[in-house]
Amino acid sequence: MTTVFTGIPKHVEDMLASLGGTPSRRNLLNSAGLLVVSFAGVGASPVARAADAAEPAGAGPYTDPDFHQLDSWIVIHEDSSATFYVGKTDCGQGTGTSFRQIMSDELDVAYDRTTCIMGSTDITVDQGGSGGSTAMERDSWPMRRAAAEARRVLVEMGSVRLDAPVSQLAVSAGVITVKGDPSRKVTYGELIGGRRFNVALSGANINAATGVAAVKPVQELKNVGLSPQRYDIPPKVDGSLEWAVDVRLPGMVHARNIKPPVAGARLAGFDESSVRGVPGFLKVVSKGNYLAVVCEREEQAIQAAARLKVNWEKPAKAPFPTSENLFNYIREATPTSSSRPIVVGNPEVAFAGAAKVIEADYDVPFQGHTAFSGAHATADPSNGQMTVYSNDMKSYGMRRGVAEFLGMPREKVRVVWMEGPQGFGRTAADDAGCEAAYLAKEIGRPVRIQWMRSEETAWDTKSPAFAVRMKGGLDGAGNLIALDYNARAADYNHVGYNEADTVLIAQLMGIRRAKPAEGSAATPSEMYAIPHRQMTTHVVSMPLVWETPLRTGNLRDPNGPQSTFASESFIDELAAAAKADPLEFRMQLLTAGTSEDGGFRRARSIAVLKAAAEAYGWERRPSPISRGTGELLTGRGMAYSFRGQTVVAEIAEVEVNRRTGHVWAKRLVCAHDCGLVINPQSLRHTVECAMLHSLSRALHEEVQFDSEKVTSVDWYSHPTLTHADAPEKIDVVLANGDPHPDRSDLAPYGAGEAACKPMLAAVANAIFDATGVRIRRIPLRAPRVLAALNAAKV
Amino acid sequence: MSLTLNVNGKSHTVDVDPSTPLLYILRNDLGLRGPRFGCGLGQCGACTVIIRGVATRSCIIPGSAVKGEITTLEGLAKGGKLHPLQQAWIDEQVPQCGFCQNGQIMNAKALLDKNPNPTDAQIREGMQGALCRCMTYYRVQAAIKQAVKRIAADRMAAGSGVVA
Repeated sequence: MTTVFTGIPKHVEDMLASLGGTPSRRNLLNSAGLLVVSFAGVGASPVARAADAAEPAGAGPYTDPDFHQLDSWIVIHEDSSATFYVGKTDCGQGTGTSFRQIMSDELDVAYDRTTCIMGSTDITVDQGGSGGSTAMERDSWPMRRAAAEARRVLVEMGSVRLDAPVSQLAVSAGVITVKGDPSRKVTYGELIGGRRFNVALSGANINAATGVAAVKPVQELKNVGLSPQRYDIPPKVDGSLEWAVDVRLPGMVHARNIKPPVAGARLAGFDESSVRGVPGFLKVVSKGNYLAVVCEREEQAIQAAARLKVNWEKPAKAPFPTSENLFNYIREATPTSSSRPIVVGNPEVAFAGAAKVIEADYDVPFQGHTAFSGAHATADPSNGQMTVYSNDMKSYGMRRGVAEFLGMPREKVRVVWMEGPQGFGRTAADDAGCEAAYLAKEIGRPVRIQWMRSEETAWDTKSPAFAVRMKGGLDGAGNLIALDYNARAADYNHVGYNEADTVLIAQLMGIRRAKPAEGSAATPSEMYAIPHRQMTTHVVSMPLVWETPLRTGNLRDPNGPQSTFASESFIDELAAAAKADPLEFRMQLLTAGTSEDGGFRRARSIAVLKAAAEAYGWERRPSPISRGTGELLTGRGMAYSFRGQTVVAEIAEVEVNRRTGHVWAKRLVCAHDCGLVINPQSLRHTVECAMLHSLSRALHEEVQFDSEKVTSVDWYSHPTLTHADAPEKIDVVLANGDPHPDRSDLAPYGAGEAACKPMLAAVANAIFDATGVRIRRIPLRAPRVLAALNAAKV
Repeated sequence: MSLTLNVNGKSHTVDVDPSTPLLYILRNDLGLRGPRFGCGLGQCGACTVIIRGVATRSCIIPGSAVKGEITTLEGLAKGGKLHPLQQAWIDEQVPQCGFCQNGQIMNAKALLDKNPNPTDAQIREGMQGALCRCMTYYRVQAAIKQAVKRIAADRMAAGSGVVA
């Protein structure tokens, strides 16, 4: 039987070609071609696919790479270099470099003799793409085990070739030698270069995929813990990288969407004659309330979309409350669902007996993903197949979604992942892939679509708005004895994963699930020992459920920053009420507990708070500081949280201008414990940027809307952090608070998202410290801060 | 209508509507990847090119309005050697996703061409229009300071070469 080959995607070919000493595509094909017979019928390994590359690229079908085959993960070339095929995508944190580090260590090849191919559904195993900062925590494990298994197999082959027992062999940089007789040696390339392992892996699912070999103890990982420069950066600074936005195909045409001017409007008609005169005009495509124009050139499509005369009928009922009225609406709405309260002790009795009870409401508005460029994809319908070139972080989900949406068999659809602007989860609910594929099918030519800025900012998925009510009780000695957390999240139609019945084009075409996928309101992530507490969460819906620009999606820890803003601001309020130092107050709550979990979160919580305080030079005193008389008031605030097993403490030092209300976070500190650190420099930069992203959310970001439409449509109306906001100094301390820090099985945990959680509260706490004014509503834009200062006569 | 543009030292004649924004000509007719669409409104800087020394938003300037030599990110390296700013970007490992970095680097280039030794405040001011959604600002500013030193050292070396 013939294995059908898709061709090596251009970006893969370029990457292979860019590696010194790695065979060119031609060589790869030639070497593999020698073995074509033995590959027949095996299916999805990249080598097997390469063997059939003589067939036209893009022919399909695109069978799934089999994660139970070692060959699907690793190819050893004749020159002993290795290519790793992983089912992950890189959202900008440099995870490919880290995968190469950890896999080259297990395989025993030099780091610079490896390449990593990521996230294209026809040539890499389905690890789900990216999300939740799980690249290292979850997905590096099967990669590591596959590499260890490849090493085991190679050493056994070397044992036969060198006629020496495995125990007498040593491996270094892809060369196997006989111990004590280094002249007897054989390279990986000589043993298997360009050929298949044909070794099966076991494991019930891809995360459990494993061979026979054990992974190495952490102490034997040589590249892990070093900081090789990210391989993706040079082509990003010299302009040579081909991004998903750069795909150009023969016969390709350009499309632009036309969105309803009012959310929930019905498309009553359009006048095609209004755009027939636009040069290059090809077609208006419309179904239900979905509307797009297609033209030969990009600027023509933009012009036609702006010029098309469309008749929209407004909905009978206003789709939203206004953003000014959002939190009243959320508090008064009947929840679509409520969690069963989590109760510890007897909060009611404890509150009744408390010496002091305080209550506070915290509000976080909808915030946009606002990716740096609008959603985009190029779809090629050649040969009755569908290839989508996309920066979708979950390319495998997009493949399923596109196939189901178009009613095509999955084997006829592939998604080629390419780099794109970081969307912090936006591309988990990418809308452009299904649109490009739909239009390509309609037009019969490759179609490139890109959302415009106003469209992306108004209509991308949103981080859910939260309204949280906190209540705390202190005893006479200032100990926190009771805490009540009650959160409401506007998170009813929460989309992701490019599902064929929730992607926006499907909603606009009138496709409806019986019930939307509900999100959730998270509970706080801390290890405080509070004897009596209650936590309740609710989800509420906006009036308009479907076809809405306020549908929600995962924004970098979908609800951690919101819940942590409330919980960690309130801990500071309680500390102030107890006239206690905020660090001391937290430490007492942590050390009062004895319970621990498998990842030692309590011990590591204490460690990161200590490390952050030490790096900052935290002076122990209650907040607020006594105010100076100058124009600039300075203060510091801290907050701490965890996500999964990653624990972080952050400190912000702010300058508040009492005349303008402007806040500058002059200094930031993060102590970060994510277990095993693969690439310290990459990790530091990821943490830096994650902190600044949350600083942007703290200071600037809010999606505003009137009762009909989102009015945040660009960088002026949905502002983001700028160069002027950059702190003067950022310290990232990589802590290791494990009780056995040198353990040989130290595991890596997620990095980026955890660092996003505490910053909103740290900034609000710092403003309180500087000014004595507590602001409980995000964002902390200058007018809001100034109004609060004025109200308090600061 | 045909339009002649001088880009990175080469002359190109393209057949486009004269109102076509320069960005689409550079990307779709000349196949360049450095300048990118971010907003189409001149707000974010992703599309920045340098025209006669001025950092220009190619998404809002019509191709027909361009007078003079256009330099794009691809045109910064000389003789196979990266521009000191590009090298500093690699040394400092500036990018996260990297999508905006064309805007960061091209704006920094225009800034340093005018003011080879900017203060911290001048860097913040000069880079204000270059947005980054990954928030690499802190690293970008560090890389600019490193590039300032590299450029000064290169000049010194070139100068001493002349003296010798």
